[in-house]
Amino acid sequence: MYDFDVEKPGTIAEAATAMGVEDAQALGGGQTLIPTLKQRLASPSKLVSLSSVAEMQGITKEGDTLRIGGATTHAAVAADGSYPALSALASNIGDPAVRNRGTIAGSLANNDPAACYPAAALASGATIITNTREIAADDYFQGMFDTALDEGEIITAVKFPIPQAANYQKFVQPASRFALVGVFVAKLADGVRVAVTGASNEGVFRWTEAEGALSTDFSASALDGLSVSPDNMITDLHGSATYRAHLVKVMTGRAVTAAS
Amino acid sequence: MTKVTMTVNGKAVSGDVEGRTLLSSFLREDQGLTGTHIGCDTSQCGACVVHVDGQAVKSCTMLAAEADGATVDTIEGQANADGSLNVIQQAFQDHHGLQCGFCTPGMVMSAAALLKENPKPSEAEVREYLEGNICRCTGYHNIVKAIMAASGQDVPALAAE
Amino acid sequence: MPKDTGIGAATVRREDVRFLTGTGEYTDDIQLAKQTYAVFARSTVAHGTIKSIDTSAASAMPGVLAVFTGEDFVEVGGNPAGWLINSRDGEPMKEPKRPVLAHGKVRHVGDAYAAVIAETVEQARDAVEAIEADIDELPAVVDMNDALSGSNFVHNEIETNQCFDWGWIEDNREATDNAIKNAHHVTTLELVNNRLVPNAMEPRASIGSYKASTGEYTLHTTSQNPHLTRLLISAFVLGIPENMLTVIAPDVGGGFGSKIYHYGEEALVLAAAKKLGRPVKWTADRTESFLTDAHGRDHVTKIELALDADGKFLAFRTDTKANVGAYLSNFSTATPTFLHGTLMAGNYTVPLVYVNVKAVFTNTAPVDAYRGAGRPEATYSIERVIDKAARELSMDPIELRRKNFVKPDQYPFASAAGLEYDSGNYDALMDKMEEVADVAGFETRRKASEAKGLLRGFGVNAYIEACGIAPSNLVGVLGSRVGLYDAATVRVNATGNLSVMVGAHSHGQGHETAFPQVVAEMLGIDPGVIDIVHGDTSKIPFGMGTYGSRSLAVCGSAVVRATEKIINKAKKIAGHMLEASEHDITLSDGVFSVSGTDKSVTFGEVALKAYIPHEYPLEDIEPGLEETAFYDPANFTYPSGAYACEVEVDPETGKVRVDRMTAVDDFGNIINPMIVTGQVHGGLAQGIGQALVENTTYDENGQLLSASYMDYTMPRADDMPMFAVDHNQGTPCTHNPLGVKGCGEAGAIGSPPTVVNAVIDALQSGGKNVTHIDMPVSPARVWDAMQNAE
Repeated sequence: MYDFDVEKPGTIAEAATAMGVEDAQALGGGQTLIPTLKQRLASPSKLVSLSSVAEMQGITKEGDTLRIGGATTHAAVAADGSYPALSALASNIGDPAVRNRGTIAGSLANNDPAACYPAAALASGATIITNTREIAADDYFQGMFDTALDEGEIITAVKFPIPQAANYQKFVQPASRFALVGVFVAKLADGVRVAVTGASNEGVFRWTEAEGALSTDFSASALDGLSVSPDNMITDLHGSATYRAHLVKVMTGRAVTAAS
Repeated sequence: MTKVTMTVNGKAVSGDVEGRTLLSSFLREDQGLTGTHIGCDTSQCGACVVHVDGQAVKSCTMLAAEADGATVDTIEGQANADGSLNVIQQAFQDHHGLQCGFCTPGMVMSAAALLKENPKPSEAEVREYLEGNICRCTGYHNIVKAIMAASGQDVPALAAE
Repeated sequence: MPKDTGIGAATVRREDVRFLTGTGEYTDDIQLAKQTYAVFARSTVAHGTIKSIDTSAASAMPGVLAVFTGEDFVEVGGNPAGWLINSRDGEPMKEPKRPVLAHGKVRHVGDAYAAVIAETVEQARDAVEAIEADIDELPAVVDMNDALSGSNFVHNEIETNQCFDWGWIEDNREATDNAIKNAHHVTTLELVNNRLVPNAMEPRASIGSYKASTGEYTLHTTSQNPHLTRLLISAFVLGIPENMLTVIAPDVGGGFGSKIYHYGEEALVLAAAKKLGRPVKWTADRTESFLTDAHGRDHVTKIELALDADGKFLAFRTDTKANVGAYLSNFSTATPTFLHGTLMAGNYTVPLVYVNVKAVFTNTAPVDAYRGAGRPEATYSIERVIDKAARELSMDPIELRRKNFVKPDQYPFASAAGLEYDSGNYDALMDKMEEVADVAGFETRRKASEAKGLLRGFGVNAYIEACGIAPSNLVGVLGSRVGLYDAATVRVNATGNLSVMVGAHSHGQGHETAFPQVVAEMLGIDPGVIDIVHGDTSKIPFGMGTYGSRSLAVCGSAVVRATEKIINKAKKIAGHMLEASEHDITLSDGVFSVSGTDKSVTFGEVALKAYIPHEYPLEDIEPGLEETAFYDPANFTYPSGAYACEVEVDPETGKVRVDRMTAVDDFGNIINPMIVTGQVHGGLAQGIGQALVENTTYDENGQLLSASYMDYTMPRADDMPMFAVDHNQGTPCTHNPLGVKGCGEAGAIGSPPTVVNAVIDALQSGGKNVTHIDMPVSPARVWDAMQNAE
């Protein structure tokens, strides 16, 4: 690692100030960032550790909405249970030690194309809350490792509408244990949303054809006539674009069955 | 350099660290606690698992500065007060849950975290919990047996040997 | 009634206590006074000409003490291949020099061309980034067919990229060809034995130190065989007098073959330590391990099996290309030849075998022995083609194997591939396997799987391996440049405790527990007073090390011989003490007695007398009680086994889950069944890993795509079932004193074809006519195969 300073602000305001320095970078749980730094693929001047920001911790349920502080760990979300599909997803990210450190804001800010949380946020129609604004999930994810966040902007919380029914199916990439294909299906009052991670060169995306079919008939058989185009799907040593496209449909069907 | 202070295996320790100093480096190099091992660079092998404030973490993926003020427990602090092996350690020996010993500290620390959360895990739960601990020697069979035994569950009924 | 001590007892391991309490001492745990750190500059291209390396900026960086390049090692030797292979035309193999640091060209991604020594690791890393290397990238030679037919050469002087073209047994070539031409049925299979990265959990590490006042060097290093490393450094690479170099392999975190070999980093830290007068430490990170540890396997094979109308095997013929990577690692030429071709008759009475192996240089990491080393490749080829033949002939795969097994009354049996099997009983192993695996219950389990929408398959395998390598006289004829004996010293101290110095290094195998069981049994004393010393060339007479499942069969035999000498001498001393002839002295339960009398002395009293030789017959017996033995085996040992696997395949995703895995092995006699079982478990996991998840992928430019645990799949706990293991069917080895055969590699040899056979069976049961899928049988490959079979 190149050397850097570490700052541990206690409030969002202090964190925002700390992020004002050139090449400062927010540090959530560090479960992706620290390995990246070890490879010397980044050289921040300063890491702003968010784990001591009390107002970014914790989970609160307000009616049908779940608000999760940005510095909340995967383990805490897994243990919460207010939004069972989301807790189940969190309980299967990485491994137990990673879940004790990794945070929801860290995952969403990184937007790894194979990460799990982006699928949950996009399918649920979550709102990403930052120190300056609120961003709808549909506007937030802008491609592989790319988000609507501005330089220095910090995700302080995420608001999830709790769907009537939801499920996440993850087909793991066996080495990294990220998603080779992960599909989150959420049945909301105004229709069904389906978000897919792991599969596309564009990062997490919504499978709108399936959403239409499932909004009419929320059963796996509603997908029968549909197919997913392998164009722009990822091909790597773990599977071809065609295989991933196939898995998207299989995992979507399983998610629907599990949710219904 | 910044000064960090933490309680390691019940003892207050402090040291000067760079921003980039990992908790694992602080433990191994500054504190001489070399039982915590480094087997990978990507936070996957789990040889470096320690407990920070009671929770299992990968000490190679946490900055020493982030552990300032924390309580840290490592493999060196696991034995009973009289120096004898604790229940988990003893079960690993009794059931041959280790061979080369390199992954062992992380395995024992993960097992301790598991049994604290889930005192009577099923075989499948043990295997799932060990997702972040790689062993190349044992094929996991005897590690699973050891953890089941440490939880007080019947081992012979489980193993098809 | 199981024993609780001595030979056959499932004694818990004494070494566990230090590992379980974090007090083991691995190389990277050692901090020497004034220690400095080495970091290597490694090629990012697979193939390139080094035009210049400018180290001036790096040398001026903070904390930097020295910078080395290949230029600094031009005058010293190269890291040699330990086995000379001659091609079919009699020409010796091609042996390009393997320098300490690359010079002239870089030949694989990760090839080190410079090294920085600095006060801290991070300073050394910073300085490595400041080295300006002008490397002209050349087209990479990656695919073996391209290598043999192309116009780019890994070594400019080897204008075919072929190391050798070996035939075994060359005299059988024509007869084999004729048998295949005229056979009732010939089954042909083309397969890949996938390249694996050994992945011992402890990355390689080395610390060199030098004492100017005496000229003594010390190397702490992650080695399975410190004496071999010392020999290679002294005799071939740096020319340090052997008596001025101590090599210490302390606790070592697994090896699996990858730590047999000498690597350039070891020579570098020694040379640097001398130059600086300070210790120099290097520790690999995991990506360096992926890029530079010797890999395993990587064979592409076509195998043909000729059968008569009754299913009797008439001949095996194979055509293999074996990737040796960019340089010859120490055993890289033995692995695809004498550890592979000689096993190509399997457990069978097949009369003809012909094996052709072309070894090929490519711009990839060197390939060498990895757990099993050649024998997994042989077993996989044989046992996959037999399975395919059974299907083609609509025969039961177990019956087809039984029909061709060597039978118990045929030993010693001269195999068609040139070995003499000394003992075995393959039918008994198969019987036991059928019982333990509950073959009879398979159809019921298959129906239960089908009810869940899953396809269940059953796979079987029989294997034989040649272990306990090896008779020096035999391997010498075959081209080995080293002897393959081992050595032990038994030192009885005056107070009656023992130090046993052994040449085999323990890095997971439990020698510290198992060897005392042998000595204690022989002497009739408490194993707790016996301490095993290993891993330090200054303390041990000699040793060829731990690999090839040889520790107990070869080094253990040396321990027996040395202990026998101790007993003989102790009887003389006891005879003197008891005023009786040594020939009348018997040893039982640690007490020497005169036959037919009640006169006796204890082992401890004899030990004391040996060191306090008052009233001692100095004219007949020397004082002291210490004996050394070198043991060179008369033959290989031949462990064998019958394995079974049941898998469930998810037809929608192609995902394979191993549900049941049974290993029934003949390891001869067993010293510690607990340790033996553990060795089998580990081998099974590595074999299942090879079969299902592990793959090493280079792209066409020679970039390693699977260079971390993010892309190279290590088997995890949740990938594995509980294993069913049995080793009670042992037929003792006939030629070593313990009757042992070795158990370290069996699981990794027997399991890959078993798993793949089970997957094929599952897919066939689902109506998919899939006859082969290359390993690793990943979900994507299974799914692709199913699509293509429609």
